[in-house]
Amino acid sequence: MIKVQQLSKHFCDVKAVDEISFEVAEHENLILLGTSGSGKTTMLKMINRLIEPTGGKIEIEGKNIMDQQPEILRRGIGYVLQNNGLFPHYTVAENIAVVPQLLKWDKKKTEKRVGELLEKLHLSKDHLHAYPNELSGGQQQRVGLARALVADPAVLLMDEPFGALDNVTRSKIHAEFKALDELKRKTIIMVTHDVQEAFELGDRICLMDQGRIVQNGTPAELLFKPKNKFVKDFLKEQRLNLEFKSVKLSDVWQWLARQTAKGDVVLSADLSLWAGMEHFRFKEKDVVNIRHGGINEMRSAGFEQLMSAFYQYKKQQSHE
Amino acid sequence: MNEQQQTLWGFMRQESGKLAEQTVQHIGLTFISLLIAVLVGLPLGIFISRRKRFSGAVLGVAGVLQTIPSIALLGFMIPILGIGPKPAIAALLLYALLPIIRNTFTGITGVDPAVKEAALAMGMNKQQILLKVELPLAMPVIFAGIRTATVITVGVATLASYIAAGGLGEFIFGGISLNNTNMILAGAIPAALLAILFDFLLSRLQKLNIKKLKKVTASLPVLLVVLSSFYFIPSAYGSKLKAGFTPEFMGRRDGDLGLQSKYGLKIRTVVISDAVMYKAAYEKQLDVISGYSTDGRLKAYDLVVLKDDKGIFPPYYAAPIIRENSLKKFVSLEKILNLLAGRINDSVMTALNYRTDYLHLSPEQVAKDFLVQQKLWKPAQTANPDSVVRIGSKIFGEQYILANIYSMLIKGNSHYDVSTKTGLGGTKICFDALANDQIDFYPEYTGTGLLAILQAPAAVTDRLSTSPDAVYQYVAQEFDKKHNIKWLKPIGFNNAYALMMRRKQAEKLNIKTISDLKRYLETR
Ligand SMILES: Nc1ncnc2c1ncn2[C@@H]1O[C@H](COP(=O)(O)OP(=O)(O)OP(=O)(O)O)[C@@H](O)[C@H]1O
Ligand SMILES: [Mg+2]
Repeated sequence: MIKVQQLSKHFCDVKAVDEISFEVAEHENLILLGTSGSGKTTMLKMINRLIEPTGGKIEIEGKNIMDQQPEILRRGIGYVLQNNGLFPHYTVAENIAVVPQLLKWDKKKTEKRVGELLEKLHLSKDHLHAYPNELSGGQQQRVGLARALVADPAVLLMDEPFGALDNVTRSKIHAEFKALDELKRKTIIMVTHDVQEAFELGDRICLMDQGRIVQNGTPAELLFKPKNKFVKDFLKEQRLNLEFKSVKLSDVWQWLARQTAKGDVVLSADLSLWAGMEHFRFKEKDVVNIRHGGINEMRSAGFEQLMSAFYQYKKQQSHE
Repeated sequence: MNEQQQTLWGFMRQESGKLAEQTVQHIGLTFISLLIAVLVGLPLGIFISRRKRFSGAVLGVAGVLQTIPSIALLGFMIPILGIGPKPAIAALLLYALLPIIRNTFTGITGVDPAVKEAALAMGMNKQQILLKVELPLAMPVIFAGIRTATVITVGVATLASYIAAGGLGEFIFGGISLNNTNMILAGAIPAALLAILFDFLLSRLQKLNIKKLKKVTASLPVLLVVLSSFYFIPSAYGSKLKAGFTPEFMGRRDGDLGLQSKYGLKIRTVVISDAVMYKAAYEKQLDVISGYSTDGRLKAYDLVVLKDDKGIFPPYYAAPIIRENSLKKFVSLEKILNLLAGRINDSVMTALNYRTDYLHLSPEQVAKDFLVQQKLWKPAQTANPDSVVRIGSKIFGEQYILANIYSMLIKGNSHYDVSTKTGLGGTKICFDALANDQIDFYPEYTGTGLLAILQAPAAVTDRLSTSPDAVYQYVAQEFDKKHNIKWLKPIGFNNAYALMMRRKQAEKLNIKTISDLKRYLETR
């Protein structure tokens, strides 16, 4: 879907982006993760030509973006800014309708679409005629997202969209974000420096440093098969937490007990170990039943069994 | 106070026609200049917000323009654009430019870059970003600039009357020359009210919410054009010749009013400052002007005085007027000042004025040369710093020369020290300085004393008519009675009002008297 080849951007001596190549498949959610100044924003902005590259090539659906008129290209790519960048002199409704207006949609169609998005993003209709400064940070961010989604672009670029939010609001929005059907149909590139967020939302993660990609892989690959010390160190602090979150119950299926326990709790094997363990913590159950939808099997585990299965899994990963 | 207000109200009622005309001219001048300033300043401001490397130069030039004193700027305009509305509008426009350019620039560059980037990322082109994002967001700042420009323009537009462009300055400067407080206020109060009113209206526009502002912004150009068109309401009547009279002359019984009532003279008239009047006549922008009969420029520009055959201009014999208290304090002063009595006749004074006004010699130089030639010059004696004679003068060349002559006479003939306070503006300022013991004496003219300071009723002036002696006796007596101020002996020359024309034109049209002029104007 999106293909980046040998892309570079130099600001005088600074190689902000240094010969980067990667691909994003359709409907995939790619995270650009890295420390401050590693070139994430620069990389992202080259995709909708807010920044012109020094060298290299970007193709979207096989077409070189340099062959298109920038305004036309941008109207087909959703863009969410870190500090939302809403127009302070436009109401919420007008802000969301910017792109439809540029695309000359008729009024009915625009209104219908705006209403639909408002509902999906849990914004009240009362906000339609409010100005951005009358909204909370979380609400503003949702409006920013609605504005990017309104014309249903195939590609969505997001630059630290949840960076300015407090932790509680952020995890709430994360949950909504994952549940939003609109986003499942999109190819997304999202920039963040928050490791948790990257692991929670990303199908794949590009870990960047000094304008280069250090490792490009799934969250589990980064965790269990780190390419070098940099990757390891980057994830060190939240390692355990991330591991529990990124390993699914189905991944450790072979080490679980075959018998079923008595009790009414049945968990899906698609859940992470973290989610499974939360049941012990909150429900004080000794044993839970787990159903694996794919192979239609039922197994069970207690807290200690789950732990030992996890360690076996890890051992196996590192030997592979 | 109450009486004062009523007479002011009376004056405004009596002059309501003129007041309305001047107000309309003032509004027109203000808004034409403002309109052009917006038309020029807004694009220029936008331009420099795009090409920042030009911003320093453009703002610098506009800033320098702003610091040029208004009168000087008007003066610069005359050689290029002549007199009348054109140079006035050009000058006002230049003053209004800086706040508009600067605020447009700061307004646009101050727009949050994240918002501009968002607009770009949504797929807006440059023009859409300007019209939909930058200008609307910069509008409050731009509006503030227009407000500042409006207030400046309303104020500076009073000076337009110096160069025959009309406006409320006619009353203000006429009033200052005529010592007529009501006249000053009749011009100054409406001018101040206009400034306050426009500022208020614009501030209301600014406070309207952003939605409505879009409509208002669209209506603003329309409003500006309508207000500007005020200026082009045609003036009352035309004639073959064009006259330029000073604001002072316009308001005097022995000036334009007398010309109309005694001669029945009807001529197309503009109001103009005497600083540019003679030159404008010389350059054929005016045909008839109201000058002073001893003015050096008469000689410089080859103008002739039309004979006042019906005698409407009272005599203006110059004499020092001095506080009685000062005479007591400086015992020998009267004798010294009277050394000059009868020494300078009209043609001598014209020649002296010519040397300063046209040859640009310093008044000191001219004064000394004159005293030497008259054998009156003595080197300065040692001065006693405890007895300082304070000499005043109005703000024109003849008075500077006289002040210098007196200063040298005093220093040469006594041990008094002298301080000169020259340039005390018009009659009102100078006389008030004398009355309030800020100066000891200054040279005044009998006619001015009679009409401007004493404001003698018509019955008195008619009785005194044009007899120099009678007028001198009357003012001497009245000043003594009312103000405790003494008129010393006249210096000799009569700097009366006079109508003047270019010598060539007057000869060609065979005009020698004011009655000839009237006759010429009435033939078709
Ligand atoms: N317009 C610019 N001019 C010069 N240097 C720039 C410019 N934009 C970015 N850089 C440099 O390029 C490098 C990468 O910047 P970039 O904004 O892409 O980092 P980032 O990964 O987005 O960082 P952050 O997490 O802080 O947003 C930095 O060293 C930065 O100083
Ligand atoms: Mg960034």
